Amino acid sequence: MKVSYNWLKQYVDLQGVSPEELAEKLTRSGVEVEGIENRNKGVSQIFIGYVAEKAKHPDADKLNVCQVDVGQAERLQIVCGAKNVDAGQKVVVSVVGAQLPGGLKIKKAKLRGVESQGMICSAKELGMNDKLLPKDQQEGILVLPEEAEVGQDAISYLGLDDAVLELGLTPNRSDCLSMIGVAYEVAAILDREVKLPDLSLEEEGASIEDKVHVQIEAPEHCSKYAARLITGIKLGPSPFWMQSCLMAAGVRPINNIVDITNYVMLEQGQPLHAFDYDRVENGKIIVRLAHPNETIQTLDDIERKLDPDMLLITDVSKPVGIAGVMGGANSEVNVDTVSILLESAQFSGVSIRKTAKKLGLRSEASSRFEKEVNPDAVMDALNRAAQLMITLGGGKVAKGVAVETTKEWKEPTISLRLERVNGYLGTSLEVGQVQEIMRRLRFAAAESEQGLQVTVPLRRQDITREVDLIEEVARLHGYDQIPISLPEGGTTRGGLTDYQQWQRTIRNTLTSAGLFEVFTYAFSDEKVMYDFAPFEAEHKGIPLTMPMSEERSHLRVHLLPHLLETASYNQNRQNNDLSIFEMGRVFLTEEAELTKLPKEKLCLGGLLTGTWLPQQWTNKPQSVDFYDMKGILEMLFATIGAEQVVYRSAENLKGMHPGRTTEILVQNIPVGYAGQIHPELQNKYDIQEAYVFYIDLEKLFPLVKRTNDYTPLPKYPASSRDLSIVVDQAISAGDIEQTIVEAAGAILEDVHLFDVFTGEKIGAGKKSLAFSLLYRNPEATLTDQEVNEAQERVLQELTAKYQAELRM
Amino acid sequence: MRDKLVQLKTEALEQFQQASSLNSLNELRVQYLGKKGELTEILKGMGKLPAEERPLIGQLVNEVRDALEQLLEERKVSLEQAAINDRLSKERIDVTLPGKKVAKGNTHPLTQIVEQIEDIFIGLGFTVAEGPEMETDYYNFEALNLPKDHPARDMQDSFYISEEILMRTHTSPNQVRTMESRKGEVPVKIICPGRVYRRDDDDATHSHMFHQIEGLYIDKNIRMSDLKGVLLAFAREMFGEDVQIRLRPSFFPFTEPSAEVDVTCAVCKGSGCRVCKETGWLEILGSGMVHPKVLEMSGYDPEKYTGFAFGMGVERIAMLKYGIEDIRHFYTNDLKFLKQFNR
Repeated sequence: MKVSYNWLKQYVDLQGVSPEELAEKLTRSGVEVEGIENRNKGVSQIFIGYVAEKAKHPDADKLNVCQVDVGQAERLQIVCGAKNVDAGQKVVVSVVGAQLPGGLKIKKAKLRGVESQGMICSAKELGMNDKLLPKDQQEGILVLPEEAEVGQDAISYLGLDDAVLELGLTPNRSDCLSMIGVAYEVAAILDREVKLPDLSLEEEGASIEDKVHVQIEAPEHCSKYAARLITGIKLGPSPFWMQSCLMAAGVRPINNIVDITNYVMLEQGQPLHAFDYDRVENGKIIVRLAHPNETIQTLDDIERKLDPDMLLITDVSKPVGIAGVMGGANSEVNVDTVSILLESAQFSGVSIRKTAKKLGLRSEASSRFEKEVNPDAVMDALNRAAQLMITLGGGKVAKGVAVETTKEWKEPTISLRLERVNGYLGTSLEVGQVQEIMRRLRFAAAESEQGLQVTVPLRRQDITREVDLIEEVARLHGYDQIPISLPEGGTTRGGLTDYQQWQRTIRNTLTSAGLFEVFTYAFSDEKVMYDFAPFEAEHKGIPLTMPMSEERSHLRVHLLPHLLETASYNQNRQNNDLSIFEMGRVFLTEEAELTKLPKEKLCLGGLLTGTWLPQQWTNKPQSVDFYDMKGILEMLFATIGAEQVVYRSAENLKGMHPGRTTEILVQNIPVGYAGQIHPELQNKYDIQEAYVFYIDLEKLFPLVKRTNDYTPLPKYPASSRDLSIVVDQAISAGDIEQTIVEAAGAILEDVHLFDVFTGEKIGAGKKSLAFSLLYRNPEATLTDQEVNEAQERVLQELTAKYQAELRM
Repeated sequence: MRDKLVQLKTEALEQFQQASSLNSLNELRVQYLGKKGELTEILKGMGKLPAEERPLIGQLVNEVRDALEQLLEERKVSLEQAAINDRLSKERIDVTLPGKKVAKGNTHPLTQIVEQIEDIFIGLGFTVAEGPEMETDYYNFEALNLPKDHPARDMQDSFYISEEILMRTHTSPNQVRTMESRKGEVPVKIICPGRVYRRDDDDATHSHMFHQIEGLYIDKNIRMSDLKGVLLAFAREMFGEDVQIRLRPSFFPFTEPSAEVDVTCAVCKGSGCRVCKETGWLEILGSGMVHPKVLEMSGYDPEKYTGFAFGMGVERIAMLKYGIEDIRHFYTNDLKFLKQFNR
């Protein structure tokens, strides 16, 4: 809502309160002012002039030499290039010494040899928003109405000595969608009187009774419909003061009748509509829902197809308007109109909102109806507009109002308990102070046993219960006046759950290992979202009903495609070495069409690509490989308490390199996989070789052990032996190690592989593996014999199972 | 014999003096003082001496041995010292060469802000509650006093999956879910961090996905003044001991009274600058007293219990804190961006 400061002054005294101060006060008490626009864009010394004579410039076809009376002793000679300038016009003249927007200064000048003592201005040159001007005023100089007074200061005449406050209204404050509503708010803040406009009306015409009939057939969509008949209208421009008000509010003046309906809507908050009475058949207005397949051509000359839940204004044979949204072309006021059927009604907000949305037709009127107009304003607005149509449109108003009401509104009375006010706010107000605030709001408040009985006027439909009144008290008392305290209840123990704490540990471990955490969007592109093997049975991606783009049209079912996109984005920005991870949810469902919420699974995805160890003076650069990633995972699992982790070659996982991928099992339960991405995906995403891991955290968490077990330090020495064997290359080190552990028995404390070797010496298709075994008996010193026997068992088992040969 | 001893002493001392290494010194020790050494050999001849000479010679032998041993020890110490000095000078390195790189990453800046806020409220006795990112219309809107066709739904254009299911537009559904699960028990003290979704075109200041942290405190006798107190404590912990907060009336369907909360601009300390648009204040929070309808719908009698709620945008706080100019940086994850948050 745009509020003209000068216009507002008509309804409330703003003496001593600048537009800036007013804006601050409004904002601090709950009606936010988003901006203040000074209507004067840097204009000074402009006056209303009368073009007494116009003559052709002797040396320039397109220029005229005008003699202009600006109320000074002598006329000014002004050279003007505008096509529309003519003798007899009232115009705006910037005299020598004047300033125009953009710092332009008017000086005495000679144009093609003819002296010019000023400039006749166009609206644009005056810094006015020419888009809001009637079309004929947008080109050429601004021509003022006859009654403009020569020599008068044009700044005030044009309304440029004004500021416009742009209100950012919250949905509950639709009462401030009118100048009077804003005036009530300002009056409450400043504790000043509200000056309501005079609504008196002389009904000079014949009775409306036989001429207009109103019938509501859809009572749940229309609680009141009132109409007046105004005859003998003369269509023409509205007076400049009214045009100026409309332009300040951002509404384009059109003609006196339309302008009056708009002006009254802005003043009272009640949208009105003017029908050409003679085009409403039999003067009969029926408010009903649209018939199936009914259509109407609206004012903008577009044929609209109507739905049966849209509310219409019709006469006996045809629709003449879409209620609250837009009138019909068939009943539009035009130059031949002499009689007006003026509508003021209250329609259901929900109904208007739906219709306006469906038709894509949101207007000043519909946006007011949507939020429920003030029932009290229906008759006030009707009378106010009728009154203005007499004075500004030359019409006569018929006696009486054609009206049907289907619902009576009653001002609610709400009990406001003092104890509740203070208990809610932490204040210690007295009943008198609260009553004072109600008085400022113009809410009738009678003292009662517990506090006040408050009767709320219908213009404030946002106030329906006690807490709404407490809010009024709080904001007018001032939020700053509310004390600062701390809750008086006992202390409680705060903290993270184990699961939340564990997630933090994962983050911290991975970052310590050199990875960066990333956040990617939860919406995926269908073209990439299924690139990787899911954890469970194939899940369908859930589509958004109205996606903003194809790239973000489905809920993600996997993290890795997003990490590949992140890698690609970084490589395009010369970040070739990248180690990243994301902890986030994927959205899984088995339903083809969602009827219940999907499963949101917390997953961990990681990606490593490029150089792992950068080139330094100590070493050559080393590209990241599978084992760099596996080392990180091993450290992660150790830190987050995953025990009995087994890595099993996985040759058939979608998106993964069949020879370089492992499935990860914890306590025999698969929890994820890791490996190199398939070269096809490398091409698809246009990235370098990359290693990824993907872990189902929800599955893993119940398997982890979060506490440490203490074992007393050993009393007896350990004995270390190495074991080098030669086996077929196809045999995996993991299987061999497993066999060693099983064969060596309880005295084996630790085993680790320290060398892998292939080459001619070993033989084709063979490899040598060297393990270091650490033996210890916690109860006694080991004998050589015990250790030798264990080594022998190991070797026998390896030979039996894998045809291993001891390497000498 | 006496002459022999004197000569041996002179010779030995001279040789000890000249020994250039610990090894040669040791050889000399064996040569003179060893079991088969020269001094021992001389001692073996003592038996042939007349009885009266034996004590005198014996004394002389002792003197010679003491002298030899003393010098031997001195030389040993000095040679050891020389050897260490020699080693140290050989082992000299260039300490200005760069160290070997240790990989180091960091968490996402939004994680850092979330954890910081979580920890502040944990210190105030709050727990952390999480909920689904995809929600039912009921939890996201209706239970928060936003019935279907409420005009305020205009404010939050949403990503719908079906008529009844949508991506949550705020973390507030967690309030309802928590209250329902607590079945009327008090106090309820939670904060809820999480991702939320709105149909905004992505640009420098809008993102279709972003993060919020929501707080809720329900108990007997919770007052709006307590909201102020708790938020002031939070703001000081988060932005510095000297900041002030300011509440401005606002509107949220699920709180009443509602307030936007400003804190003293961290950049200009309140004197006015470009960041705070010359106001001295930065808007960081929406808050208010929990609307009685919301309490009712979640099984709390609003006559018995009151509460406050607040919510803030994590990206906004991070952007203010670091002066980040484009919200999209958080989701495009340029390494050059991520790397800057390594503390």
